[in-house]
Formats: sequence, C-alpha cells, structure tokens
Amino acid sequence: MDVSQWAYPKAAGLYIAPLDAYIDPIRPVARALITHGHADHARAGHDIVYATPQTLDIMAHRYGADFAKTKVAAPYAQPFTLGDCDIEFISAGHVLGSAQIVIHYNGKTLIAAGDYKRKFDPTVRPFDVRPCDVFITEATFGLPVFKHPDPRDEIAKLQKIRARFPKRSCFIGAYALGKAQRVISLLRQSGYDAPIYLHGALQTLCHYYESQDIALGDLRALPQKTGSGATKELEGQIIIGPPSAIGSPWANRLPDPMICFASGWMQVKARAKQRAVEIPLILSDHADWDDILTTIEDVNPAEIWVTHGNEDALLFELARRGRKAQALHMIGFERITGDEG
Amino acid sequence: MRDFADLLENLVFSPGRNAKLAHLQNWLLKTDSASRGYGVAAITGDLALPYVKGKMIRDLAQSTTDEVLFRLSYDFVGDLAETVSLLWPQSGVETPEDIHLHDVVETLQASSRSEAEAYMRHLLDNLTQTQRWALLKMATGGLRVGVSARLMRVALANAFETPVEEIEEIWPLLSPPYEALFAWLEGKAEKPNAEGRAVFKPLMLAHPLEDKDQEKISLSDYQMEWKWDGARVQLVCAKEGVRLFSRSGDDISASFPELVSPLPIEGVLDGELLAGTPSQLGSFNDLQQRLNRKKASQKLQETQPVFIRCYDILQQNDSDLRHLPLRERRLILESHLALLSSEKLDISALVDASDWSELDDLRLSCRDEGLIEGIMLKRKDSPYQIGRVTGQWYKWKRNPLFADVVIMYAQRGHGRRSSQYSDFTFGAWQETSEGRQLVPVGKAYSGFTDAELKQLDKFVRQHTTSRFGPVREVEQKLVIEAAFDSIHLSKRHKSGVAMRFPRFHTIRWDKDPEEADTLETLQNLVS
Repeated sequence: MDVSQWAYPKAAGLYIAPLDAYIDPIRPVARALITHGHADHARAGHDIVYATPQTLDIMAHRYGADFAKTKVAAPYAQPFTLGDCDIEFISAGHVLGSAQIVIHYNGKTLIAAGDYKRKFDPTVRPFDVRPCDVFITEATFGLPVFKHPDPRDEIAKLQKIRARFPKRSCFIGAYALGKAQRVISLLRQSGYDAPIYLHGALQTLCHYYESQDIALGDLRALPQKTGSGATKELEGQIIIGPPSAIGSPWANRLPDPMICFASGWMQVKARAKQRAVEIPLILSDHADWDDILTTIEDVNPAEIWVTHGNEDALLFELARRGRKAQALHMIGFERITGDEG
Repeated sequence: MRDFADLLENLVFSPGRNAKLAHLQNWLLKTDSASRGYGVAAITGDLALPYVKGKMIRDLAQSTTDEVLFRLSYDFVGDLAETVSLLWPQSGVETPEDIHLHDVVETLQASSRSEAEAYMRHLLDNLTQTQRWALLKMATGGLRVGVSARLMRVALANAFETPVEEIEEIWPLLSPPYEALFAWLEGKAEKPNAEGRAVFKPLMLAHPLEDKDQEKISLSDYQMEWKWDGARVQLVCAKEGVRLFSRSGDDISASFPELVSPLPIEGVLDGELLAGTPSQLGSFNDLQQRLNRKKASQKLQETQPVFIRCYDILQQNDSDLRHLPLRERRLILESHLALLSSEKLDISALVDASDWSELDDLRLSCRDEGLIEGIMLKRKDSPYQIGRVTGQWYKWKRNPLFADVVIMYAQRGHGRRSSQYSDFTFGAWQETSEGRQLVPVGKAYSGFTDAELKQLDKFVRQHTTSRFGPVREVEQKLVIEAAFDSIHLSKRHKSGVAMRFPRFHTIRWDKDPEEADTLETLQNLVS
C-alpha cells in the first residue's frame, strides 16, 4: 500500500490514519505527534501529545503545565509501538529536543523530518540519517541562493567588527528558542567569556537549556537601574533579545548599539537592510539549499514530499535529478518570510 | 578586492553618517594607493568599465545556473549583482592570494568585449561571495551604499587630516585613480595646481546672528548687505572657459547658458542667482522654474530671465584675492563689474545703519521688499576663508512666520532616529464641499528637543489610525506652532502653498485642533 494512502494532509495538518494522529497540527486534536517546540509546530490544547522529553518541557514553559491532557515522552532512538505502527523519534538537529518522526506501517517507512539542519550547533544532537520510503523535507531555504556559511566564521566576523568599536554595545536579535542559545554557545566556544546580557523574553528558555547540561556561561539580566551607570555597565557588552526588539525604543536605550540579527534570511542584503540591521549574522537553524539536497542524497528515499518554504525551486531541482518529489500542501504552514529562521 | 568588498558590505549596513565615515577612513588608510583610487572612483560614480553591463552578467550567470532556478532566485533576491554572486558556484579552495582592485579595473579597461567576459568569469571563479557581489555592483554601476561624492571627500579629509575644502577645490582637476591626490595627501608631492582651470572654490559661510553676538559687534567694523533670497552661486571665468557652480560645487552651467558666455576678464565671482533682471526682480518661485531644469531653451531664457547679484570676488586674472580684506575685495569687485558691464551681473548694494535699532528696523522692513530675507554683516577686514569662521560673517534673518497647524502623518527618521517617528506632515483647515478638512501644508523634522521627540514618538504610536507603507496616519488632534521663513504659492502642492524651511516652534498639547489656522490665513502670508 502506498504511503500516501495512510499519510496525507488534512485541514488540521499531516494525518497518519492508522494512528488517528496528526503531526504538528495547527489546531487542537485528539492525538498529536510534535516534532519540536517552535510555536508554529507545537500548539496547546491537544488531548494526547507525543514528543521528546525536551519538547514537552519547552511546551510546558511556553503554555503552562496543562498544555495537553496527556503527555507521552518519546526519547531519541527509543522505538515504541502504537497500534499497528512502530514509531521512533530521532534527532533533527534544529533546536533542543527537535525530532524527525519515523513511522513504520505495513512494511513502509515514512520520515517527517520537521525542521532540520546539518550545520554545526553545539546545543543540539546532530541530524540522524535513516533510510525510508518517503521523506518529508522542509524547504524554508529552498533556493540555490541560500548557502549558509560556517557559523563559527559568522561569530568571528562579529567579533572582528566589535573589536573596532570597543565602546559600542552589541544587540543581537535571536529567536528565543534555539537561536539565542546557539549564538551564546558559539560565542563561548570562540573563547568569549564576558557576561552576556539577556532580554527578559529569553531568560526562561536559556535557563532551561542550562538545566539540560548546555553550559551558557555568565548570563545576566539587564541592569534594573537606568541612567549613566547602566549605560556604562553595558558599553562594549553583548545583549541578546528577541528580533522584535530591533528598532524598538528598548534597543535604542542601549549605549550606541550595533544591531545584529542572527537568521538565515540575513544572507539577502535587502532583507537585512529592511530590518535596519547593521551586522547581519547568517545563522540558520534550517538546512540551506545544498544541505537539503545532500540530506536527500544521504537518506535516499524513494519519494520526497516538500513542505513549507520555497517548494518550487526544490521540486524543480529534484525532478531534474530524476527524483520523485511532490509538494505537500499543508494549510496553515505558509510561512511569512523572516518569521522564524 | 577583499578590503573593498568588506568596505562596501560595511557601508551598506551602516546606519549613519559617522559609522560610514569610520569605515571609509579605516579603509583609506590601510589600502594600497592604486586600489584605493579606483575604489574611491567606484563610490563617487566616476569609474567607467566598458562592456561589463547587465546583459553580460546575465549571460555569465545563465552559463552556470539553470534558467528556471536563476529566475526564481532573482525574483526572490531582487538585485542582479547579489543574485549572481550568491548563485555562482563557490570554488572548493579558498583563494590564497587577494586579487587587487587596481588589477581588476585596469585589466577590464584594457580588454576587448570577449576578453572582458572571459576575465569576469575568471574573477567570479576566484573570489568569495562578498567579493563577487562587490565586483558585480561595481561593474554594473550604482553601488547604492549610501555614500555621496561629498561624503567620500569628507572621509578623505578626515583620514589625511586635510581640510575638506582644499580637497573640494582641486577635485575637478582629478581623475581615477587619483595618484596626484594621494601623493599630495601623503605629503609626497605638491598640491595639484588649479591655474587656468575653471574650478569651484569653496565658499565662505556666515553664522546666524544671535542676541549675545550683538554686544560683541561694533557695527563700524562690519560691512552690511541685504541677504538675498535666491540661490548662492559662483561664476568662474578662466582660460578654459566660463562655468557656474552651485553652493555645493555642482557644475550648473548647462542650466544657465546665458550666464556662462565668455567674459573679457578672468575671475571668480561670488553672488546670488536671482530671477528677473536687476531692475525688475522675479520671485523665488520664478527662480525655482529655472533651477529645476537641466537645460534651458532660448524661449525659457527669455520668459524666465535670471542674473547674478555679486557680493564678492575671489580671483581676478591670475591673482588670488582671498587673502585680502573684504574692504579691498569690495573695491576690486566694483571696478571688475564696471569693466565687464554685463547686464547679467550687478552688484549687491551696501546697507547703511549707524546703530542696532536702525539696522533692526531695516531687517523688519525687508519682508515688504520681497526677495530679501535679512541682513548680512561681514567684517571689513575679513579675508575670504573656507566655511564658517567664527566672528567674521553673520546672517541676521528677518523674523520667521508662525502658524498653528495639525499633525496628520508621521514617518520614521534616518540614522539615529530610525526607530522614532520624527518626520511630520501637518495641515491647515480648508472649507470643502464635504465640510471642513485638513489639507497638508508642510513637513517638519526639526525644532524639537530629544525629550519632545520621545513624546511625539509616543503620541504617534498611540494615535495611529492607519498605515501606508512607512507612513502612519494619526488622529487629527495634536497642534503645533510651526515656524517658517516664508510661504509661496505653489502649483506642485495640493494646498497651493509651499513653506520654506518649516520647523517646530512649540508643541501645543493644550490646544484644540479646531482652533488651528486655516489655509486662507496661510495664503494671506504669501510674500
């Protein structure tokens, strides 16, 4: 039986018929399998949620402990049986706890990779390559212009510019889950051990990462006091906050801030300029064009389903390579460029 | 290419003038002089690379990238140079040696069309992505990194600790890669010589006169003139020809052919471009008709005549007069103009006043005269120096006009103000068939303190009614007292009037918007 006969999109999301369950549903359902904790994948209000222990923790931090009636923890690489299916959550390398969901049913294997990446990230387990019949890939950066550089080079670039402006503070906009901790971790690995100041919106998740044995060094809240004392303390320091703070009066209160944004979209200069970013840091938690194609070669599935992002170019390229590929039109997953990357 | 590419990237993302200057200066001081010269030319828009055009770059791109993928990518990125730089296959090895910008430019300039294409391919194969982007931006012209030619010269001046005016003065003599300029700036050669050339000489400027200045000034030490409400110009007559320059040193000869016909004596005159004839002045609006045109037909020259009212002379024949005191230059100017006897040139008359109150009466009366916006006071012993020199020249403008107007729209500012709503459009009331409505009459982005700006920003955020791209429409409830130098009839504006130099005077948080001024009131102020 074809995989498409038991796994297909419905209004709430990708439906797995033999489980009567959805993967990353966009509205409350009876049974949900969640790939990772970003808000467009993990929502509150399902009856039963299957996810990795970290994803369950992150959902509890975001939505409160009662985000679902029943939570079932599925640690990495520990297969379990549910109805007629064998299920396994394996690492996707996207953010802490992110998983590809492997489903064996009726002699066929489906992998819903969720969001994933292959580049260096000290805060996550690397992407786990498994063979399968159908591989569902994201295409967030599915255009050949996206070739994300080595993240360590981006951090080195930032430090070089900071050294030229020792008095200026440095504000880095980074998503609260995953990107912020990755930036901190990369800074620490590069040898930067000064305090890093956090916007309030980032503190909970950073502390959660630390509780999961991901060392982030000396993290501090912004000084409560205002005026010249606070300004003095922040001169030459790194402050990390949510991207929404870019261009806000909050960020402008920092001493002569150089505004950075850590995102894969920063590869396109016009996008960086639109957001009034002074130092674009090309740091993505998604696979770039080459890494999507490499992953497909590595996994070598019989069939590829492509979802959210720039599907057109990727479908065209896969067809050119003689691969069977089609778009998985999932309602509600149309991304707004720059929303999360 | 490496340093130049890094520079362009830094410039693109630098939010303000000072950051751009810091990057430019840093680059000027660390780059070899030949590459530096071509980089300067690329930024000022003076670099010509024949053959390397958009078409060639598209062809090159499509030889390495599938057409469909190229099209989808270009759609997304929106800039040809950047798209191609991102799509070009990166060679596996890091290029061990930097390719020098001057080698790139000189090779391309010496190439035939097919050689140029082959060389571009070679370069793209051996550069990093940022360098490819810089190369392609440079090759297609229009860097769009937010650096004007003037800002580039300021950076040169800062980097080499030389007055920018001296660089401005010789700039017209220079061409890429500016070897003579750098040799002089680095103290290895004499300053390039402007003799016989019709080049712009930097202007001497005046400080606004403040109340406290009056005590320090003894009027008998000062020459007084009317401050004409035209456009400051410099007329240069040299061996190579006659040229007219604007205040900023732009050559505007083509717009005013009747003023650059050969004159019997060489010299450099400083004066005001005015509409009309010496015996019958036109309005500032008339002058605007001419200033806006790149070329002037014979008919336009006749229907909208212009002339220059001169007030200083900087050079006569081969003699530089700038070191002489003003009183001597004034005598030379009078005799010079007498010798020229051109109907397109006259002299700005002196104003006579024995004390401040008499002078103040003259200043206040000048609104009735039209085309006069105040009084100039110039020290009689002042040499002609570059820029604003303390204590030498003052401008004492007539008092501004005021109107109570209502804030209608706001937009974010630039640079430091990019996160705040600091550019405001305001309106006055007009009776229409649909009732009383506000019609926009001006735009202001100065005159408030930083603390007031914070309050204004907060007001805009809390009272936005709709958005049009970057523009926010706000509730019509905040009145400001706007100050402006004058107001004129204008066909280009919906309200039919245009203000000159409008700015905030006071924010009237207390005032009912219904009590703001009407358009009719403003029309009555038209001079």
